[in-house]
Order: sequence, then structure tokens, then C-alpha cells
Amino acid sequence: MAYFSQQLINAITLGAIYGLIAIGYTMVYGIIGMINFAHGEVFMIGAFISLIGFMICGMLGIGSAPVAILLVLLMAMAFSAVYGWAIERTAYRPLRGSFRLAPLISAIGVSIALQNYVQLVQGARPKPGGQIVSGGFNLFSADGFDVRVTWLQIIIVVVTVVLMAGFTWLIARTSLGRRQRACEQDMKMAALLGVNVDRTISLTFVLGAALAAVAGMLFLMYYGVIDFFIGFLAGIKAFTAAVLGGIGSLPGAMLGGLLIGLIEVFWAAYFSSEYKDVAAFAILVLVLIFRPSGLLGKPEIEKV
Amino acid sequence: MGARLPSMLKDAGLTAFVAAALGIFIVGFRTVDVGRGLTFDYHLVDLAVAVVTIFFGRLGLSLAANGLRWPAMALGAAMIAAGVSPLQLPSGFLHWFVALGGVLLVIRGAWPWANDAMAAAAKSPSGVVLGQAGAKWSGWLLLAAAVAMPFTPFADQKTMDLGVLILTYVMLGWGLNIVVGLAGLLDLGYVAFYAVGAYSYALLSTQHGLGFWTVLPLAGMMAALFGVVLGFPVLRLRGDYLAIVTLGFGEIIRLVILNWFDLTNGPAGIGSIPGPTLFGAVFAETPPAGKQTVSDMLGIPFDGNHRLIFLYYIILVLALITNLFTQRMRRLPVGRAWEALREDETACRALGINPTNTKLTAFAVGAMFAGFAGSFFAAKQRFISPESFVFIESAIILAIVVLGGMGSQIGVVLAAVLLIGLPEWFRDLGSYRMLAFGLAMVLIMVFRPRGLVAHREPSLRLHPVKPGGSG
Repeated sequence: MAYFSQQLINAITLGAIYGLIAIGYTMVYGIIGMINFAHGEVFMIGAFISLIGFMICGMLGIGSAPVAILLVLLMAMAFSAVYGWAIERTAYRPLRGSFRLAPLISAIGVSIALQNYVQLVQGARPKPGGQIVSGGFNLFSADGFDVRVTWLQIIIVVVTVVLMAGFTWLIARTSLGRRQRACEQDMKMAALLGVNVDRTISLTFVLGAALAAVAGMLFLMYYGVIDFFIGFLAGIKAFTAAVLGGIGSLPGAMLGGLLIGLIEVFWAAYFSSEYKDVAAFAILVLVLIFRPSGLLGKPEIEKV
Repeated sequence: MGARLPSMLKDAGLTAFVAAALGIFIVGFRTVDVGRGLTFDYHLVDLAVAVVTIFFGRLGLSLAANGLRWPAMALGAAMIAAGVSPLQLPSGFLHWFVALGGVLLVIRGAWPWANDAMAAAAKSPSGVVLGQAGAKWSGWLLLAAAVAMPFTPFADQKTMDLGVLILTYVMLGWGLNIVVGLAGLLDLGYVAFYAVGAYSYALLSTQHGLGFWTVLPLAGMMAALFGVVLGFPVLRLRGDYLAIVTLGFGEIIRLVILNWFDLTNGPAGIGSIPGPTLFGAVFAETPPAGKQTVSDMLGIPFDGNHRLIFLYYIILVLALITNLFTQRMRRLPVGRAWEALREDETACRALGINPTNTKLTAFAVGAMFAGFAGSFFAAKQRFISPESFVFIESAIILAIVVLGGMGSQIGVVLAAVLLIGLPEWFRDLGSYRMLAFGLAMVLIMVFRPRGLVAHREPSLRLHPVKPGGSG
């Protein structure tokens, strides 16, 4: 029981990170119907900007952890958002109206280019991030096993929940969210009614990238090590989460993230850690085959 | 011009600002390992040079787009001069960056003239004749060059190795072209079938003593079987979902190979795989027990290059079989159904074509050729490990198909030479290779979505396009 509880806590933490990345996939898919294959790389770049940000904070002598985290968080969000914007502007926008697979191929190109760009300028070796937040407390003990919650895990879950709540509010209540939902339903009609479609799509990418950057920072803090290749696996798993929850649905992305976190952690804990990635990929394949619209998604009707 | 210049400057300034924001952390501060921690190398000057280059590059592009070709070309020439000058830029890469930016600007400035001249030349009577002859004979000329290559004086070991490598990718490209180019299914896990073929041969030859020629068809069938088994449940999915599922399958197969230690020896790989034989004779200086060497059989002195030349012709023939097969398939009902499906799935369904079966044949045929290529790869390398079958290989093969113009056969050859050959010749640029790959994929999708070197034309048209027309 204690072992189970501990794994559950770990799984929720991991699931929160996947959920944050998954939102970027789900929003972009919802609005322009493409898989933003490069989203995982934005997450990776967010992690790198956070790493450099923490180092700069250290150099400037900002000793207080909350201040440093907040500063780095804002910085990573802002600068990763520029990446999101630039990718959309250069690699996807010119392709609107091209054949169906063109944006996906372009996205794969962006993904390869970004990975190698970071590898070239930052080096291929894993980068240790150091420990920014340490410590925690014991929740309870059973069977001679302490169930432990670290402060870091609490920070991750709190940051995720706050961002999720803010984000849901943004989509449901603000005019930006209304424009975004309008474009999602019918882009041409939205344009006729005076919505600036290009700008709305850009903003979708910017928001998705900012959330991915937060995930990157949390990932860096949680695992302590990053390299240029983390975006690939995390991206695929987050995409799996988005599909599992029902692509296009915000609560679905969060639910999917949690489920993927649970599956991965429990698979590694009770079966074999070598095959935990296989489990994630297998889930992706199974969901797409048996329930392509996901748990909370709407079935898609093909129009001629 | 006077009115437009400020807006151009503003646009260029904005671009440079975005570039600076993109680069400030990732490029400006380079993390360096020091003992167990990290410290910075500052590269802010590099960044500044790059940003200034981007400013002028963008300005030049705007100028060219507004018809001011001469200023754009002058700017480009100035950038080339700055790039090649003995000026001390902080890194060698920046010299390249500035100079290449200049070259691009000059090309962009001269492009409309070149384009007009080409169009005029293609329309002139001799141009039309030449174009038709080129379309007819270029394939044969390439083939003749490929056949004659081992007998030319510069066919040393390095060149032959490269030739074998390029031909392997040509074959893989042609195989994937069936799936992506003809049937329009984006397969991101193609390398999985390549792995199946390679491991089939490696295991059957090292553990059961079967020869290359026996295993070759088996490996192809094995890969095709995998294609059917994997394809059957997923081919109902829409294009982009299919791509992700194939990517997932590719990774699953690689991870299984990596972790199924008893069968595949895990990350250590399988070694001492026998090479292909010529009528039972092996390529070696001294024959193993009970075998004959090729040099004894033919009565010629031993030469290490013979093995390579033999491998070269095997892969050439295999690749040609792939090509011939595809050309023939395009004329069969199933091949036409592939292309029709690529153009409009709903219409196909209305016309009574079974989309799942049709896609499945394309998937299986493509997988089969990857299986052939895989067993050839194992026989050539004599050692295989899961490292050869990572996602990036699938992406490279896809890049070849995309660059060549999806569905075009000759385009794949040129793209393979370009993408595999060039980086091998310019070894120093090795680390920039994948960066250039990625950027090329994006640029081709943006500017020439039908491919850099060829057009993707349907095999059959209701109303044939006149030659020289705007097909």
C-alpha cells in the first residue's frame, strides 16, 4: 500500500508535466488540425532556457528559491513563446492550403533542425541542472516504508493546477478564448465576422509554447538533467496523452497526461522499466485504433 | 522606393529583433561542463554578428521582392565579401553563415532573370526537343554511369563505399516512395522494416547457417508480413494519425530489439555476419573450411576491392528491381488505385475501391523492399545493432523522398546523391548535416512542396497536358 501510494504521488507529478505539454498539441490540433511535431522541441528549448536562467540567477546572487523560480518561469515562458511564434510564422503559415501532409513534414523538419541547433550550440552531453528545491516531508509510514512528498512535487502540481485554471478561464471567459473557439469551429466564418484568424493562430502557438516551457522548467527541476534529445520522447508521450484524452479537448489533455503518467510509472514499478516506453507507444497505437476520438473528444465527421 | 524603404527597414529590424530573442539564451550563453557543475562561455558577439547578418539578409530579400534587384545583389555581394574577408569573426561558422547568406541574396536577386531565361529556353524549338530528350534519356544516362562506375579510374575504396551507401538509400527511397509518394501514406517508421530485414538475415545466417541468397527473399517476406500485421489495424486512420502510429511502431520495434537480449543480443548487436557469396564462393583472401574463394574460382589475383564491387552491383540490381517493380505497378489497377487514393480517398471509396486493402498492399510492398535493403545492409556491414535503426534514419529516407518530389523516381536518385553524397564529401560539415536536413525539409515544403528536382505527376490524366504547357 505504501509503495503504491508513493508511486501514485510520483505518477501524478509526471502526469502534470505531460499534461502541460499535451495542451499545446491539443490546442494546435483543435484550431488548424495539424500535429505540431516540433512542440516537443519547444519543451526542450524551454528546459534549456530555464537551465541557463537558473545559472544566471545564481550568478546575480538571487538566493531566494521562490524569486528565482518565478523569474526563470517568466523568462522561459516569454522566450519559448517567441520560438512558438517564429515556428508558426516561418514553417506553418506559408503552408496553409498546401496538401494535407505538408505541415506535418515541415514540422518534422523543424523538429530535426531545432534538435541539432541546440546540440550544435550547447553540446550533446547531458547538462546537470543542480538542485534548486530540496527537502520534503513524510506523509505516512506503513509496512516499514515511508511515503514521501517532496516540496518540488508540490510545486509542480501547484504550478500545473494554477496554470490549468488560468488557462481554462482564458479560453472560457476572455475575448481571446472566444476568438480561438470561433476559429476552431469555422475558420472562414470567423474571418468573415472580423476575427483576425492569423493572429489567433499565432497566439495559440504562443500560449502552447509558453506552457511547454513551464513543463520544461519543471522537468529540469524534477529530473535535474536535460539534453538536446528530451523533446522527442516527452513530445511523443504528451501527444499520446492528448490523443488519449481526446484531441482538441483541454480537460482531455490534462486527463490524458495524468493517465500516461500513471501508466508509465506503474508499468516501471510493477513490470519492467525497460519496456515503459513501449507501454506508452502501445497505448498510443491502441487508442488510435480502437478509440481515435479519445476519452473526452468528439467523434470526427469527415466532410467532402 | 522612398516610401517603401522605412517599412522595409522596420520589417528587417523586427526580424532581427526576433532572431535576437531566439538566440539570446541558447546561442549567447553556452553551457560548459566544469568538473561536476556547469559554467558559461559567452557568445554574445557571435549572436550580434548573426543578428546583423539576418537584418541585412531580410532587408535584401525585401528589396528583391520589391523589384530592386541590383541593390539586393549588391548587398549580397557585400555579405559574401565580408564572409570571405580576413576579418576576424568570432567563429568559422559565422564566416560561412555570412557568406552563404550573401550567396542566397545574389541568387534571389538574379532568380527572376534566370527563371525567365530558362522558361524562354524551354519554349524555344531546340529547347523543347532537348527537354523531351532529357526526360527520355536522363534515366538511362544515369544508369549507364552507375553501371560503369566501378571501372572508372577514380573508383577507389572510398568512392565505392559511398556508392554502395548512396544506392542503399536510393533503394530505400524508392521503397518508401511507393508508400509516401504513390499511396500518399506518411510512414514515419519505415526504418522498422529495414531493421526486420537486417535482423532476419543476421539471425538466420549466424544461428542457422543460411546463405544471403536464401535469406534475401525470406527477409523481404518477413518485412512484408510485419507490414501487413502492423498495417492492418492502423491503415483505417487518417493521414497524420497514421504517421504518428507508424512512428510509434518504429520505436516499439527498436525498443524490443534493444531489450530482447536473448534473441538480438540487445545494444551490443550481432557481429560476424557472413557476406554474400558468388555462386557459393566467398570474398576472402584465404578460403574458410569447405569453401572456395572468388579469386580462386575466377583465377584472378585477390583484391579487397572485389568484394565492394560485388556488393555495389548487388545493391544496384536490387534498387533497379525496386524501380522496375514500381514502374510496372503504376500501370496496374492496384497502382492506379494507390495514386487515386492519394488524390481523394472519399471519391475512391465512392467508386468501390477498398481503401484499407489498397493501402495495405502499398504498405506491404514498401516494407518488403525495406526488408531486402535491410538484409543487404546486414550482409554489407557484417555487424548490426539497434543504433542503426533510430527514428532519424526514417526521417532521412523521408527527406530523400520529399526532396526528390514525392512519387518521382529520378528525383529520389538525385536527392539521395545530394543528401547522402554531399555530406560524405564535405566531412567537415558533418555536424551541420542534420541541421541542414531539417531546414531543407521546411524550405522545400514552403517553396517547392512538389519537390526540388521533379514534379509529382499522376500516371494517368483525363486530359493530357500538352508538352511545354504549364502542367
